Amino acid sequence: MSVLIFIELDNGVIKKTSLEAILYGSKVAEKTGGEATVLAFGSADSSELEKAGHYGATKVLHASGEKLNHENSLAYADALVQAVNQEQSKVIIISKSGLGDAVAARAAAKLKAGVVSGVTELPEINGSFKVTRSIYTGKAFATTEIKSDIKILVVKKNAVEIDENALSTVQAVVEAFSPNLRDSDFKATVTNVEKAASELSLTEADIIVSGGRGMKSPDQWQPLLDLASALGAATGCSKPVSDLDWRPHHEHIGQTGIKVAPNLYIACGISGAIQHLAGVNGSKCIVVINKDPEAPFFKAADYGIVGDVFEILPKLTEAARNLK
Amino acid sequence: MKILVCITNVPDTTAKITFTDNDTKLNKNGVQYIIGPYDDYALARGVELKEQSGGTLTVLHVGEADADPQIRKALAIGADDAIRINADPLDSYFTASQIAHVAKQNNYDLILMGRESIDFNSGVVHGLVGEMLEIPSYSPVMKLEINGTTATIAREIDGGKETLTVSLPLVLGCQEPIAEWKIPNMRGIMTARTKPLQVLEPVSVDEMTTPGKYALPAPKGACKMIPADEAATLIKLLQTEAKVL
Repeated sequence: MSVLIFIELDNGVIKKTSLEAILYGSKVAEKTGGEATVLAFGSADSSELEKAGHYGATKVLHASGEKLNHENSLAYADALVQAVNQEQSKVIIISKSGLGDAVAARAAAKLKAGVVSGVTELPEINGSFKVTRSIYTGKAFATTEIKSDIKILVVKKNAVEIDENALSTVQAVVEAFSPNLRDSDFKATVTNVEKAASELSLTEADIIVSGGRGMKSPDQWQPLLDLASALGAATGCSKPVSDLDWRPHHEHIGQTGIKVAPNLYIACGISGAIQHLAGVNGSKCIVVINKDPEAPFFKAADYGIVGDVFEILPKLTEAARNLK
Repeated sequence: MKILVCITNVPDTTAKITFTDNDTKLNKNGVQYIIGPYDDYALARGVELKEQSGGTLTVLHVGEADADPQIRKALAIGADDAIRINADPLDSYFTASQIAHVAKQNNYDLILMGRESIDFNSGVVHGLVGEMLEIPSYSPVMKLEINGTTATIAREIDGGKETLTVSLPLVLGCQEPIAEWKIPNMRGIMTARTKPLQVLEPVSVDEMTTPGKYALPAPKGACKMIPADEAATLIKLLQTEAKVL
């Protein structure tokens, strides 16, 4: 089956979640005797896009031009459908994000394709095409068979693991792709874009250090920020903290905030309400630091320290700085 | 202005999830159902906009009769009438097709819903509906102002926020802080009893996906406790044992 992978770029660099999507899509193509083609929008050097080959893709369709630099799910979905028709793709792989879901949805309606979002593993292809996805905000999994001719999978972070040592040295062929763009896709006027000062986005981060009300006040965040910087981690917070405006809303991790799936999640002074756990249960390893030994978060943790965060954080920061 | 708000009927965020019937159905025993939390934000903003503009607000649910108490709650919060499409919504494309079918007959200016349902977490229904109606869709929307036929929207993008203006009609997936959740008052609850709730059968849609079995995650191993005065050893364990550093 010919596979098309939609990827996202961040300042001309392929996002890590998109690299996973390429690897995922290439594995599906390999399983079904097809080729994996990548579709990228916006400015990027060919040398960057060629890297898609290391993850198994044979070709990259690169749609550039000023109109496509700013994320636009309507235009991207339109272009994606044109790419699907050109390549005769049967499976479309997109990594899960606000943009990814929107592109998947609009493309699914155009292509009359089944779409499953939140896929956590490679599909089982055996006459039928079955995927496993995360449901109930990480509290369970569901198996779903996709029956439509064209299938769209929106894949969660860590659905496949990238083994840097197993990557090939093959480069993908980069081809310019010029979709027909409709005026109706550009009706909105973007009047303002605010990007967080932090370079690391929570959904992409491998390590996250997160604080709750146990951090006591917004001006006592420095020890947490120090640990984050020593570990190269992104910072997050619990809902009460963002509700109190101690930290910006885009740092809010939980059921109604951002769901994260880092390799390491360090929770400082967060009790672990079920709504918060729902946002972090995709994490590989969870560390909980809390002065209350009865904090429910310890039940969901891999490592725990009972004690004062303001005494413990500087010790961890020092140890982290001495690591390298 | 004609507003449509789509709501889901989902287990409460604190519900313990288990399955029955050989892992093919959710065990509803002891599970309390609520309006999806994101849909509740959409509803609250919808009611505010309706009050400002003097329009109408219809609430739509695709689901079975056990959702009626939640639909009545939406009516008590301020919707004028309700439509329930009598079907078990197990596929995003199916659910979106039902919403689009209702929308095509009624020409809504604004279709609001949550950014995702908290049962299947797909977050694709607003985009599907938008494309089926050939109108723009945006998500997750954190701020929404309407001025005549122009909407000003603030939405979350990766690592930040974007503000845009666009003409109605629109489909929007909502999240906090678009509005504060509304609690129905006694008068609302009384009037909700007599507001119209229309039950319609679903339109037929090609089957895109078939649900299979459900499963619970593997149980978590015990938490390894590290004494506070040996905190620094944690970093070593994360490196050598957990291998995450």
